[in-house]
Formats: sequence, C-alpha cells, structure tokens
Amino acid sequence: MSQAKPIITFENVTKRFGKLAAVDDVSLTVNEGEFFALLGPSGCGKTTLLRMLAGFEVPTEGRILIDGQDVSNTPPNKRPINMVFQSYAVFPHMTVADNVAYGLVVDKVAKAERDRRVEEALSLVQLDGLGGRKPDQLSGGQRQRVALARALVKRPRVLLLDEPLSALDAKLRAQMRTELCTLQEKVGITFIMVTHDQDEALALASRCAVMNKGVLQQVASPNDLYEFPSSRFVADFIGQVNLFEGVLAVDEQDHAVIRAPDLPVDLFLDHGVTGARGATLWAAIRPEKIELHKKTGETPPNLGDAPAGTNAVAGVIRHEAYLGGSSTYEVEIAGGRRIKVQRSNLTRWDQEDFALGETVWLCWHACSPAVLLS
Amino acid sequence: MEQSWKQAKAVFAAALAAPLAWLVVFFVAPMVIVWAFSFGQNQGLTEIAISGTFHNYARAIAPLYLQIFLKSAWVAGLTTALCLVLGFPVALAITFAADRAKTWLLLLIMLPFWTNLLIRTYALIAVLRTEGYVNMGLEWLWKGGGALAALVGLKPLGAFQPLELLHNNFAVVLGLVYVHLPFMVLPLYAALDRLDRSLLEASLDLGAGHLRTLLRVVVPLALPGIASGVLITFIPALGAYLTPDLLGGPDSQMIANVIERQFKRANDWPFGAALSFVLMYLTFIAVAIQAVLAKRTPEARG
Repeated sequence: MSQAKPIITFENVTKRFGKLAAVDDVSLTVNEGEFFALLGPSGCGKTTLLRMLAGFEVPTEGRILIDGQDVSNTPPNKRPINMVFQSYAVFPHMTVADNVAYGLVVDKVAKAERDRRVEEALSLVQLDGLGGRKPDQLSGGQRQRVALARALVKRPRVLLLDEPLSALDAKLRAQMRTELCTLQEKVGITFIMVTHDQDEALALASRCAVMNKGVLQQVASPNDLYEFPSSRFVADFIGQVNLFEGVLAVDEQDHAVIRAPDLPVDLFLDHGVTGARGATLWAAIRPEKIELHKKTGETPPNLGDAPAGTNAVAGVIRHEAYLGGSSTYEVEIAGGRRIKVQRSNLTRWDQEDFALGETVWLCWHACSPAVLLS
Repeated sequence: MEQSWKQAKAVFAAALAAPLAWLVVFFVAPMVIVWAFSFGQNQGLTEIAISGTFHNYARAIAPLYLQIFLKSAWVAGLTTALCLVLGFPVALAITFAADRAKTWLLLLIMLPFWTNLLIRTYALIAVLRTEGYVNMGLEWLWKGGGALAALVGLKPLGAFQPLELLHNNFAVVLGLVYVHLPFMVLPLYAALDRLDRSLLEASLDLGAGHLRTLLRVVVPLALPGIASGVLITFIPALGAYLTPDLLGGPDSQMIANVIERQFKRANDWPFGAALSFVLMYLTFIAVAIQAVLAKRTPEARG
C-alpha cells in the first residue's frame, strides 16, 4: 500500500430515480488493497453507489471505471466484482458447498479444482466441514461466512459488503469486525463496505467517504474524519460533538479568537483561520476534549495555552451517564446551553466528585476546537 | 393474541357451531348419502336399495370406464402442463412489473372470473366454429394472399377450407387451458413475488446469466408454488364437465360427463355415485402426492 494505485474510479456519477438524485455528482477513487467504507445516514445514496458499482443500477450521468476500464453499462455478471448482500442472499435450496461452488460452476472451473477452491474458501472463513449443511441449519453469523466465502472464492478484484454487520448481535458483530479486518489482510483484496454505523467504519476502514443526501461530504482516513471534519454534518455524524456558532473576532498568524453567543467566554485558538473576519463559522469540540474540574474557587483552571478568561467556563451537571470505562455528562452553563463532556474514569472513586447538580469548571486546550466554515 | 381455544371453550363452540352445522347439513350429509348409494342398486324407477354390493365399483373400473378415467387424467394433465408453460412467464412478468402495473395485470388475470363460465364457453364457440372469428380471419388472409399471388402472376390458391377447430379434443384442451390459466398464474405469482430479490442479484453477481439464474435459482425456489399451481389446476380440470360437454366431440367426453349421464339420462344413481367416488379417490391421491413432494422440497425462504 506504499504507492496508491487506483482500482475504482467514479467520475461525476449521478443517479436519478425520477426527479430525485440519489447520488449527486460523486467523484471518488478507491485504491488497490484498501478497506474503503461508504458511510452515511440511511437514504444518503451510499447503497445506490455500491449497487452501481456491482452493476445492479446504471448511472444516469458519469462513468465508473474498474482498472481504468469503463464498466458503467457492463452487466453485473461480467464485472470482476463480487458482493456480500445485506441479507446474505445465501441460496436456501443449496448446501453450503454448492453455494460456494455456484460462481465457479458458472465459470466452468473443472470439478477437482472447484472442490479444492471451495474447501479453501470454507476454511478461510472457518466453516471447515460444514459444506454439507443446508443454510437453514446455520446461524446468522455462519450464513454471513458462507456469503463471504461464496464471493471470495471467485477471487474478485473488489469485494463489496453491504451493511455486513447490521444483522448480527452485538457480541458477534465485534468478533466479525476483527475477522473482516484479518480476512482482508489475508486475501489482499480491495474491500468496499457500505455502513450507516460510524463505529464500524472507523474501526474497519483505512479510508472513509461520508455521504449525505447523495452528495459526497468528505473522503479521509478515520482519524482525519474524526479530528479534522470538513463540515458540521461530518463533525456531527461521526461521534459526538459540541458545535458553537460564532464569528471570527481575531485572526492572526498564530492565533484566532471566536466569539460565540452561546458561550460566556471567548474561544481561543492556537492557529490562524482562513476566513473573513466577522464571518459566521462554527467551532466543534469533542466531548472527550473538554476537561471537567471540581469548582473550588472563582478562578478558572488554566491549561496554559490560552489567555485567562478564555477556554474555561463554569456550569452545573444536569445529566450523567455512567458507562463503566467513562462517564458522559451534560453541563449547563450560564445562558442555558448544555455542553456534552466525556470523562474517563481513571480511578475507582473519582466519578463520585461529579454528581448531578454539582458545579464544575469546563476547560479545553487551544488546539481542541475544530473550525468549520460550513 | 395466542389465546388457546381451551381457555374460551364456550366462545369457541359458539363461533364454530354455525359453520359446522352448515358443513354437516349441506356437505357431509349429501356426501354420505351419495357414498351409501354407491353400494346400492336400482329398484324400479326411483327406489335405491343399499345392499352393500361392490358391483358398481367393479363396473367403474372396467376397461370401458377406466379408459375414460385415463383419458380425463391425460386431458387434465396436458391442460396443467400447458397452463404451467404459459403461466410461468406471465407470473414472472407480473412479478417484475412496476408496482402500479402489477395491480392492473393481476386484475386482467382475474377478470374472466367475473364472467359466467357458460358465457365464456359460448364465446369460445363463437371464436372457434367453422364460421367463427378465427376462420373468418384466416379466410381474409387467404383471400388477400390469393389476390397477391394473382398480382405477381402465380396460380390462384383455390377455395378456402375452414379449419375444424370445434367439437374435438383440441377445442376441449384449449377451453380448459383458457379457463384454468388464472388458477395456475395466481399461486405462481404468489410464490415468485415472495422470492428474495437479492437471491437473483446474488446469482447475477456470481457471474450467472439470466437463464441459469432462472433455472438454478428461481424455479427451484418457486417449486412449492409450482406444486400448488399444478394441483389447483389439475383437480378442477380432471372433473371438468361444461367445457368437454360444449366444446368436445363424440370422442372427447371426460369422466364428469359420464357421471352426469348416469345421474340424468341413464338414471343409474348407484353407478354414478361409484364413479364420483372413484374420481374423488383419484383426487385424494393427487393431493397426497403433492403433500409428500411439498414436504421434501425445502421451504423457499430467503
């Protein structure tokens, strides 16, 4: 993966169903060997994009290239791509082995070779010895493995996964997540996954594309998506966030100040902002990047990277959710705005200091807010 | 919702009483009477003595009548096969039609039910008879062809010979297929419409063409629907009465026509009753075979 070689390219792809544009002018490149995730709320067009790649839908405008070849109008059975369906779509009237062999029979692979590859594929997904079973004798997780084996046995250039973990229970989901990762490293095939679950996308993907209402919002690594979102939509969709609308009051080379009506203090940033002074913008602060201190006096805590009177505000804990490893709080500040804060429970007692109704200080580093222009 | 009848016996009994009484009086009782007749013999014009004889059954399976049974089964079987061949593509087309068109197409399939069978059969006669619409159309084409031949200097075609389309086995099978096609299409449609579309997409995705997908995925999964369509077509076709009576010739009578004659013209109720019950046993066997087959084929679940 040192040099990125494009394998899939969407060129200004639009898909309209009637008047509605399900996918609106999407341009996107997926590189060889990537685990790529298409992420977005339901109805954002991510599944339509995947189905166009598989060949079940034809783009209204634009082109789709696989290995540089235009496949926009190629039928699904002629594409070097295989798919794991959300419902798994395992043929109920065939045994597991026949399901896996289906694509090889179509390709007229000789019997001996076929049997060998089916066995290999089944052992790859840890279904050794279950080839004779019928799908109704399998659990949901096993059926998914059959669907995986059936697609991988064809040695596709790209494997598509439509909401691969959505039908599994929580425990199995966590297990399959790890297994999918291992599997992808083992077979070295490019995986493209559609999901509405941001945790899933962040955990699995090497790169994610976030979509909303048919439009591509941001394409980035999970880390960049979380820490450097490009818009309020992405910041809000990926994880939790506190958004403050404000105007740029100071904008220098090495620092900037945002004045937000919701906050009684100024937001001090340790970097300049490329934006017009006085323009509306948004500061996004993740809950875990806000520190919670017990209020013992009138002097706010200072983290040392912002002038006094900025980046710290007093409030009252109005809501608390204990999650074991961490706790989340909603703290009401002067003016009534509630701020989400997440705090790791570092010792076995310290969450007791932050009970409901407690007055606390909130403060954050000058580098913590992400500035959003849209 | 899952309340057992055991917890509300009185309500259950009250709800059941009326339909049960209806069934006993108008279905079970007449059947028992006819069944009893089948073991009796005529005494005079109207009296039937139930003597417990198997004579009527012996007659019913004698070669003469056995042949008619076989012929009925053959005609019904052919009808069913034709209905399946014609009905499957229709059901498939309706399944994949746009949602709005679907309703209309299903309506078209069911529309004939709204017209009386007798009227539909007479309409078929009007279409098929010697001076009927088919022959009229053919004659028009023939004459047109003749005129064209004369125009290019070929020798004339001669007089038009109308096709004999009515009062033969062809007319009976055509009529039966026409009447029973909806019985085939509807269960097939129900089975195909339930099919998980992603199974078909998976087949295409794995490289199969449409024909392979149809034969390897659609047909096997629609098998329960095909079985019930076959049964629901075969049984009424086996006992068809009106169609062979009106469209058939002297050699195309089916078992129901023979039964009718025993009850009416021949005035031999005991023998007619025996024939009826043989027909009914045959039907039971067909249902039993279907049930066994249905158990063997896996459920068409996604």
